[in-house]
Amino acid sequence: MTTTEQNIDKKLIAILEQVSDPEIPVLSIMDMGVVRSAIISDGVVQVEITPTYSGCPAMDVIGDDIKKALLDAGYKSQVELILYPAWTTDWITPRGRQALEKYGIAAPLEAQADKDVLLHGKRMVKCTNCGSQNTRLVSQFGSTACKAQFQCDDCQEPFDYFKCLK
Amino acid sequence: MKNENLYNYILGIADNSLILGQRMGELCGHGPNLETDIACTNISLDLFGQVRSYFQYAAKIAGDERSEDDIAMLRKEREYKNVLLVEQPNTNFAYTLGRQFLFDVYHLAFLKELQKSTDLTLSAIANKCVKEVSYHERFSSDWIKRLGDGTEESNAKMQEAINDLWTYTDELFHQTNADKAMLAEGIGVDVTKLKEDYYNRVNAVLEVATLNTPESKWFQKGGKEGIHTEHLGYLLSDLQYMQRTYPNMEW
Ligand SMILES: [Zn+2]
Repeated sequence: MTTTEQNIDKKLIAILEQVSDPEIPVLSIMDMGVVRSAIISDGVVQVEITPTYSGCPAMDVIGDDIKKALLDAGYKSQVELILYPAWTTDWITPRGRQALEKYGIAAPLEAQADKDVLLHGKRMVKCTNCGSQNTRLVSQFGSTACKAQFQCDDCQEPFDYFKCLK
Repeated sequence: MKNENLYNYILGIADNSLILGQRMGELCGHGPNLETDIACTNISLDLFGQVRSYFQYAAKIAGDERSEDDIAMLRKEREYKNVLLVEQPNTNFAYTLGRQFLFDVYHLAFLKELQKSTDLTLSAIANKCVKEVSYHERFSSDWIKRLGDGTEESNAKMQEAINDLWTYTDELFHQTNADKAMLAEGIGVDVTKLKEDYYNRVNAVLEVATLNTPESKWFQKGGKEGIHTEHLGYLLSDLQYMQRTYPNMEW
């Protein structure tokens, strides 16, 4: 388990929680775990964010949205993209996982279970529509690179599964 | 430039991802079915994302006016350092997957080593990329097995693609001057040491796929030194179209 400390000024938490992932609007970037630090130095907020996937097209937008939210709250800011330590799905908070499920995206399983469903056809991912685990992999890649596509064989609903990344 | 070897070394890595990303991106809207179409373009997106990290770093090393976009878009054919394998065209789906597989196995092994680089930026990029590329390798090796061990027709097409692409595999393990210099500094990866495991892994997958390992010992080379097959020029004219038509345009 990766437990790399976040360093976020308490005053800024509520502001940053208003910023959401543009591709998953119900999920705040805080619950996604992409904000690694936010500190106020000389009146300017220095923010560090890390991408979920290298090719994540949302990062530029997230950076701009952070600057705007902070400015609305009276702070000037600088946003820097950092690559290390690399983001992992462990950094999604329990509240974030709930938000994902509610939105129709199955939250990532543990690493071994993730391999079992993606490589060996095990039926373990819970359908976000009916809760059944009678689900199967349709494609290793879903609507974005971070997801795989599944279908439920009980209610027939197709849905995305957020792949485990460690 | 003060650190020309490092700059060239980064481009050598990144150009493979750039050119392969462009090839996979060509399939956007043309994949054999929707799921595979999305998979190919997602791989393409991963690769372009990686390229951005590398080129941003290279631009910093260059320390002049050039940006990541300039490095990607404003070079001539001879200045691209990608291996010949990744520029080969999407002749049919077997070629697309064969090319991907033969590169992925190398790419994964390379990134695992690059994670140990004493250059902290490169090791951080490798750390990030290795997770993505392990998904690519799973995807392409799965398809090799599926098509190889599929119907008579799919087996024949897959075998033909592997036979044709095989001649480009040896170049993956050639060292450039930048490679040697960076290896001496503890920054670079010794690609010659990856060769044995590479062919073992490739052969293991081919065997499960009921495909034969090609026997030819004749291998093509030149891409790393900028001597490319005719296919790269056409690819670049597509890739650089916007910059040629509207010079200096920005997003
Ligand atoms: Zn269901």
